[in-house]
Amino acid sequence: MTSNNPAVFLLMVNGQIEAADFPEYDDLYCKYCFVYGHDWAPTSGLEEGISQITSKGRGSQSLVWNFPLDITFKSTNPFGWPQIVVSVYGPDTFGNDVVRGYGAVHIPFTPGKHTKTIPMFVPESTSRLQKFTSWLMGRRPEFTDPKVVAQGEGREVTRVRSQGFVTLQFNIVTKDMKKLGYETTSEHSAATGLTRTSQQL
Amino acid sequence: MATKMSSPSDVREKIRKKRRELQESLGRVRDDKQALVPSDWDLSKENDHTAVEELPGGEEDPGETLRRSVMAKRMKKKKKLLKEMTVESPPDEEEVTAVQEMREEQDRGDEVESPPARSPRDLPPRPVMRPGSSQSETTMRLRMTEKLRAAKSKAASLLEQESIIEPASRLQSLRDRDTLTRFDRDTDPDLQADEDSSFAARLKFRDAARRAAKDKRAEAGLPTAEEAYNFFTFNFDPEPQQQRRKKKRQSRRREAEEDGEGESGEEDEEGEEEAELEREHEGEEESEARDEDAPLVRDEEEDLFIIDQSAQDFMEVRRAEYIGYSRRLQRERETLFVPSMRPVPASSKLPENVRPRYLEEEGLYVGERPHVCLTNQNILENRILKQAEGRKWFGDDGCIIALPDPIKESSSRPPLFHLEDELDPALQAVYRKALKTKHVNLYIAGMGDPQADYQLDVDVSGLIFSHHPLFSREHVLAARLAQLYDQHLTRQHKNLTLLLTDKLNSLRNTIQNMLELHRGEALSQVTPAEDSEYKHEVRHTRQLRDVEQEKDRALLKSIIRVWKELKALRDFQRFTNTPFKLFIRREGDGEQDEQEFENDIMAEVSELEAEAEEDYQRKMSEYRRQHEEWKSWKRKQKALKKKQKKKRQQEEEEEDEEREEELGEEPEKPEPPEKPDTGDLEEQVREKAARIRRKPGEPVLIPELTVSGPITPNEQCPRAEFARREDVAKRALFIKVLYNDKEVSRTDSRTLNMDFRVHFGQIFNLKIVNWPESIKLQVFESVGSSTSQLTEVCVPVPESSVLTGSAPFEEMEFSSNQRVTFNHEGVGSGVPFSFEADGTNTQTLLTSGKLSCCVSWAVGEDDVPLAPPSSQPGGGMYSGHRQMDAIACIGASGLNDMKKLGKWAAESRLDPNDPNNASIMQLLSVVSSGDVAVPEYFRLEQLQEEFNFLSDEELQRSRRFRLLRLRSQEVPEFRHFKCVPSMEREVSEKVFQDYEKRLKEGEIIDTKEHIDAHRALVAKYLQRVRESVINRFLIAKHHFILSDVVSEDEVPSIGVLGWNLFKLAEPKRPLKPCRKERKKVTAQNLSDGDIKLLVNIVRGYDIPIRRPYASKPPASAKSGRSFTEPFTAPVSSQTPQQGSEWPFGQPLVRPFVEVSFQRSVLQTSTAEGPNPCWNEEIVLPFSAPNGDYSSTSLQSVRDEVFINIFDELLYDVVEDERERGNTIHTRIERHWLGSIKIPFSTIYLQSRIDGTFKVSTPPVLLGYSKERSLGSEGGYDAVRSLSEGTFLSLFITIEPQLVPGDTVREKMKEAKFDSQEGERLLIASEVFEKEASGRFPERPCLTTVIDINGKTVFVTRFIRPLNPPQELLDAFPNSPQETAEVVARYVSLVPSLPDSVSFAGVCDLWSTCDQFLTLLAGDEEEHAVLLCNYFLSMGKRAWLIIGIAIPEGPTAYVLTYEQNRYLIWNPSTGQHYGQYDTFCPLQTIGCLISSDNVWFNIQPYAAPVRMSFDVSKPNLWKAFFSRAFPDPGLSSVQPEGLVYRHTDRAVAVELQDRIEKVLREKIMEWRPRHPTRWNRYCISTLRQFLPKLELSGGREVAEEHRLELQSLLGEYRISGFPLHLPFSEIRPIIEAVHSTGVHKVEAPNVEFALAVYVHPYPGNVLSVWVYIASLVSAH
Repeated sequence: MTSNNPAVFLLMVNGQIEAADFPEYDDLYCKYCFVYGHDWAPTSGLEEGISQITSKGRGSQSLVWNFPLDITFKSTNPFGWPQIVVSVYGPDTFGNDVVRGYGAVHIPFTPGKHTKTIPMFVPESTSRLQKFTSWLMGRRPEFTDPKVVAQGEGREVTRVRSQGFVTLQFNIVTKDMKKLGYETTSEHSAATGLTRTSQQL
Repeated sequence: MATKMSSPSDVREKIRKKRRELQESLGRVRDDKQALVPSDWDLSKENDHTAVEELPGGEEDPGETLRRSVMAKRMKKKKKLLKEMTVESPPDEEEVTAVQEMREEQDRGDEVESPPARSPRDLPPRPVMRPGSSQSETTMRLRMTEKLRAAKSKAASLLEQESIIEPASRLQSLRDRDTLTRFDRDTDPDLQADEDSSFAARLKFRDAARRAAKDKRAEAGLPTAEEAYNFFTFNFDPEPQQQRRKKKRQSRRREAEEDGEGESGEEDEEGEEEAELEREHEGEEESEARDEDAPLVRDEEEDLFIIDQSAQDFMEVRRAEYIGYSRRLQRERETLFVPSMRPVPASSKLPENVRPRYLEEEGLYVGERPHVCLTNQNILENRILKQAEGRKWFGDDGCIIALPDPIKESSSRPPLFHLEDELDPALQAVYRKALKTKHVNLYIAGMGDPQADYQLDVDVSGLIFSHHPLFSREHVLAARLAQLYDQHLTRQHKNLTLLLTDKLNSLRNTIQNMLELHRGEALSQVTPAEDSEYKHEVRHTRQLRDVEQEKDRALLKSIIRVWKELKALRDFQRFTNTPFKLFIRREGDGEQDEQEFENDIMAEVSELEAEAEEDYQRKMSEYRRQHEEWKSWKRKQKALKKKQKKKRQQEEEEEDEEREEELGEEPEKPEPPEKPDTGDLEEQVREKAARIRRKPGEPVLIPELTVSGPITPNEQCPRAEFARREDVAKRALFIKVLYNDKEVSRTDSRTLNMDFRVHFGQIFNLKIVNWPESIKLQVFESVGSSTSQLTEVCVPVPESSVLTGSAPFEEMEFSSNQRVTFNHEGVGSGVPFSFEADGTNTQTLLTSGKLSCCVSWAVGEDDVPLAPPSSQPGGGMYSGHRQMDAIACIGASGLNDMKKLGKWAAESRLDPNDPNNASIMQLLSVVSSGDVAVPEYFRLEQLQEEFNFLSDEELQRSRRFRLLRLRSQEVPEFRHFKCVPSMEREVSEKVFQDYEKRLKEGEIIDTKEHIDAHRALVAKYLQRVRESVINRFLIAKHHFILSDVVSEDEVPSIGVLGWNLFKLAEPKRPLKPCRKERKKVTAQNLSDGDIKLLVNIVRGYDIPIRRPYASKPPASAKSGRSFTEPFTAPVSSQTPQQGSEWPFGQPLVRPFVEVSFQRSVLQTSTAEGPNPCWNEEIVLPFSAPNGDYSSTSLQSVRDEVFINIFDELLYDVVEDERERGNTIHTRIERHWLGSIKIPFSTIYLQSRIDGTFKVSTPPVLLGYSKERSLGSEGGYDAVRSLSEGTFLSLFITIEPQLVPGDTVREKMKEAKFDSQEGERLLIASEVFEKEASGRFPERPCLTTVIDINGKTVFVTRFIRPLNPPQELLDAFPNSPQETAEVVARYVSLVPSLPDSVSFAGVCDLWSTCDQFLTLLAGDEEEHAVLLCNYFLSMGKRAWLIIGIAIPEGPTAYVLTYEQNRYLIWNPSTGQHYGQYDTFCPLQTIGCLISSDNVWFNIQPYAAPVRMSFDVSKPNLWKAFFSRAFPDPGLSSVQPEGLVYRHTDRAVAVELQDRIEKVLREKIMEWRPRHPTRWNRYCISTLRQFLPKLELSGGREVAEEHRLELQSLLGEYRISGFPLHLPFSEIRPIIEAVHSTGVHKVEAPNVEFALAVYVHPYPGNVLSVWVYIASLVSAH
């Protein structure tokens, strides 16, 4: 693997789906999956998963899953950089399992620790009547495929409403990116420090 | 004005005064008038004519006539007046003027009394006239009266009398009036104030008066506010009734009389006439154009005026005027316009003969108009049309021009919820600890390690004031002196004068040298350009030198002057404040000086002379040229003149001359230039030299300024000066250092010295983290405790190369505009002061000075500069580029363009030797050598290149990018290419091979594969059509509808709800559970192995049974079944029992079923007997092509499920009889019996296939008998023996159930193909189909189809009688049934190509019959259409059936009606079924299509057995074209007739040989481990059979030739069969042979036989027979 001429670069993602913020709902669980381009292939880890059901704590508003993510991709091309699609489900007033939100975010491409908060949304019913019946029957409109939220195509026909937020944390490690000519870390941004003016007379 | 009712006497006074003035002016003007009149007179004459002519026009209205006649008379009168104009009475006239003016205005206002007779364009201004004497007036008036009377008599005979009487009294009153008015005026002067306001007794009058006063203004074309008001409020009643008017007048008069004011009720026209007269006179001051505004009736007012009136009269109180409702309405109707609400006809909105033009129809985009209520729109249109320019508001389409609707449909701003108390907990503010903002953007870019610190050293050394408020006058002078001296020093240092002098000298020398050098030759010829250049240079340099010298001298002079002033001041004030002292040193020697001076002068003079000479020459040549021109012009002129003179002798000379001038302007005669005066020149030069230069012999004066002078101590100074000094001492200064606008440090406060210099000498080390944006120094001055900022100086951020130690100090100039004044000697700042005692010659000075400082990057301990890397993107702006910039330092900043710079350098003739220019010269040399070509064009996106990923060329060349591009274009080969290699070198050329081959195939036809060139062409064509359709489809695919993206439950209908409720009552576990629909899975989230194909093989019927091979041919071998009764129900022809011939114990047949799909083959267990029951489920994996499980991809899967029935034979191969007891050693052979093919697409679209299918068995199965054994199974078989053949019960489905890609089809419909059908028809068909699918969703309904060009065509256009090949018709001339069968067989021989497969489920493409026959490929629809058309031409009644069949799915069949029966034809197989045939594959009939209509099946049942085909019954069949929507007479798309090409027999033979050869090779290839022997004898026999088979249509020859074979090959066990295929390509034939598995026989002594026969039919339709058999020796 230490060849000088690598053919692929690796992207190692681990992290967690930390918590969610759904003001009105409780007892939610979430599913995640990854959407990536043709040139990408997962080499290890789980491509999709489903979390436990979590409840809000007393006094706290956030739902904490701390659901781990761990996956490694290999790729030859940054085009189609993986995105994680998170969909959150939970029971409605009648106990039916309904979707509470979809959201997607690109996996960060700079190495290091990243915290991402993604807004969640659900498709809206096409009419009031359908809204009512779907509420009554517990069959809310859902995306045929949660992966559509990671794509632009076909979204123009949908109407969505926002629901809440999910916070994810990623720890990114990349390998051989630079060797293949992709520079994701800028030297400028690496510099840190505080404003400090010392003066001597 | 009228409202201004000051005291009446005042008004009177004024009026009188004015009148007098007017009189005077009139008197003066009169003389002029006389002269003016004649010309005007002409005009008025003309106008009079028009007026008179008008007169007879209007007889209809008496009032109108009257008025006209009056007008005409007026004209006449005027004429008279002009003649009679002799006597004048100015005062009278003037007075009347006023009255008249008044009246006129009033008339305008009061339309009821006197309608406006004005029509401004009617009459031009009238000549100014004087009223005649009263005498003349009288006579004239009398005449007029008479005329009037005549006119009036028509209108009002009652009033006639009065009008006759009145003139006299009227006349009287007029005469009296004069005195009366005067008196009146005396008593009531107030009226005069506003000229006319005295008439404002009534409101109306007042209004009129106002207008009168403003008349002059109005004439200028500016309407006054009142006019505007009147315009809108007055009732422009065009023709009030004269009668009524009169009556009213009378009544009014009566009123007036009652008032008792003594007005005479002169209501006559006479008075009015008079008024007219007077008014005309009035025209002098007034608008002449207003004459026609003359009122008709105006008596009251006049009387009112004449008779003395008191103020009360003017303020008369009257009843409010009431106007009756109806009258008001009427009036309003005349004034007001109520626009109609009715729509405006388009014709009135558009210009005549213009048809509305609709931009939308022309394909242009037209935005959506804002919604306006239709009535409002109509109102607006009506209103606009009323206006003069109304039409311009309408567009070409007859609608009001409007911009598109700008309003967004939804508000972009989310609604705000007012959360007062109960704030949503989620929205509550959360306390967060404040975070320090990170200066992300400000970090010094490129910092490697965060620890590196950068340090800026700011060295503030000191401050020098060039002016300070506390300067004394002496200081001011001293500062000036110092400044001048500084200037002097710098000039001295530069010594430009010397430099230029040297240059001049050298230039002169050069010229001199050149002259000497080229003495022999003609100088000017060799280097004229150079020469002139040098001369130019010399002149230029000389001028520069002169300027410099002058400056030097001036400077010197001013230094001395200032010094003198300073000395004078010191003397004057008797103390010294400043230590400055000026010494002037004298230097120089006279002799040489003089010589030089003289030389110089002479040289200059000579040069000037030369220049002057040159100039003269130039001018001279110019003059000559001009002169020449002038001469030539003159000559021309003369010629011209002569000509003209000849031509027109009679014409006056003046005119002639004018003409001449027209022809061409006379050029100035050029003056010859003066000869330059050389004598003058020297004088001039000397004079100039004296002015600007040191005189020869005069010593050089060198001023030296020292600061050694004593300063008068404080005690000796006067009080004011002392105070100043005290003040100075109090002052202290300090400087703040600001870094990025933040104060980082400040200097110590230093007191101000007497010399106004402050020394700080402090260095500040700034450790910085942020990128320096600005460094500022603020100078503060403190007096006592108060501090004020003097100024602020910005210091440029140094370049990173500027380091501490090496950086020079910079002097930053500053100034402050504060105003300071003192009461002591300090001159202050921003305030004027003077040096003179008398305070003249003041000047104002502002505080200013220089700050000496230095900013540089510090150097660390190890001599590392603590500066950030230099390439800073943001730093450039502030960095001290100036010092580094070669261009900037010579003052040509901003010249970034190298080309420009070069140009500039060439133009400005930079001295390359000037050290100042060294850097730029170097730069230029680099530029010129480096060839920096700056494009001369303008680029719109000049940065585009920066963003270009690669050059296009490279992009084309790179294999990797090509791969990526092809993939993104969804080229089929690459659509799902995974992991494109990251490196170019890893992409092999092989990747593109297939693709490139395919591209090439477009042009080159591979004859090898297709054998027949024609077919290859067809295949190509088809491929192209397919591609174009797929492209269309791809577009449609990317068009999403909601249901593609969001899955949402339908709103349940009442029925569904009811059903659900009903279901609640159902038993939980019913005894007979009904099949529940499985949940459908969208194909997107599937992967390999997820999908399985389930094939449940239930049972088989009538599987052929074995025939003992060694038997003798039975006597009744020939079947009793007659082949000639195809249309009757098949009679079960029972053949004699043959089963008995089998060895006992051996089963008749041991069949098993093998299912192969996508190269995976599975089989059932072996059952026994001809009617086996397997009931086994076979699970086959399914993998989509390229792993793409999208519905479109699945639809295009072309794989077929092959279900083959085999017979398993066991042969005992135990050689040794002894082992038979304990060993079983058998060989298994399998014999193919038949097969069923089901395309995957059918399964996919149907989601399940369930039923009993006929197994396609070869017509002959050697070694097997298809005869049914009735005896053994009794009556059970009798039922099914109705039909012949082997059947298999199957259930096939896909697990999990996939959502069929109907959505795509829906979308294609949405995408809309072009169509040539009428819009109405398309809509109707859409409605029809929608309705049909609404009522019977499972019944297919088809009204429009897409033809091969991708256009929507109505389906009936495809039906048209077409002739079948004559050959077929001739075959059985006597039997129509047989002919029909032959035709059907012919149609079935056209290869079938399901286009739902080839076109990936996009849509059915229907080709016309000729296209179909040319392409020789098509699916069921084409076959059906062709067959139907054939039948129609054969005189049958035929329809196209659109329905669902098994296993095809939605398909098309043909229905014929003959002999009182309906027959259903399967066009792809050529078979036909009776209506009541249970094994008819057609399951559902959706609609019937004939050439003129489409009927949709609305019967309760759709199975053909249970329905009626009588389409005339509207309750059973719903017709598309009905009475409501009649058939518009659609022409057919089919050709009129089909032309069949006779197929060459030789071609068929050739093809036959090739197929045979290929197949033999293939069979040998499939048996790699065994030798393949061919039995030639058998082959030749088989070959003979095949044509017979063809002739008989594959039926009922089996027995015959089996026997024949058997007799020949008695020794062999033969198993074999003929295969019959339509010919399209060779590949399917190979496939078919392979699937039979004949080659799998592995007996050691097996032999094979293979025969191929190709029978040609007209139109290149070929029928292929392949006979294949295996022979095993019986031994």
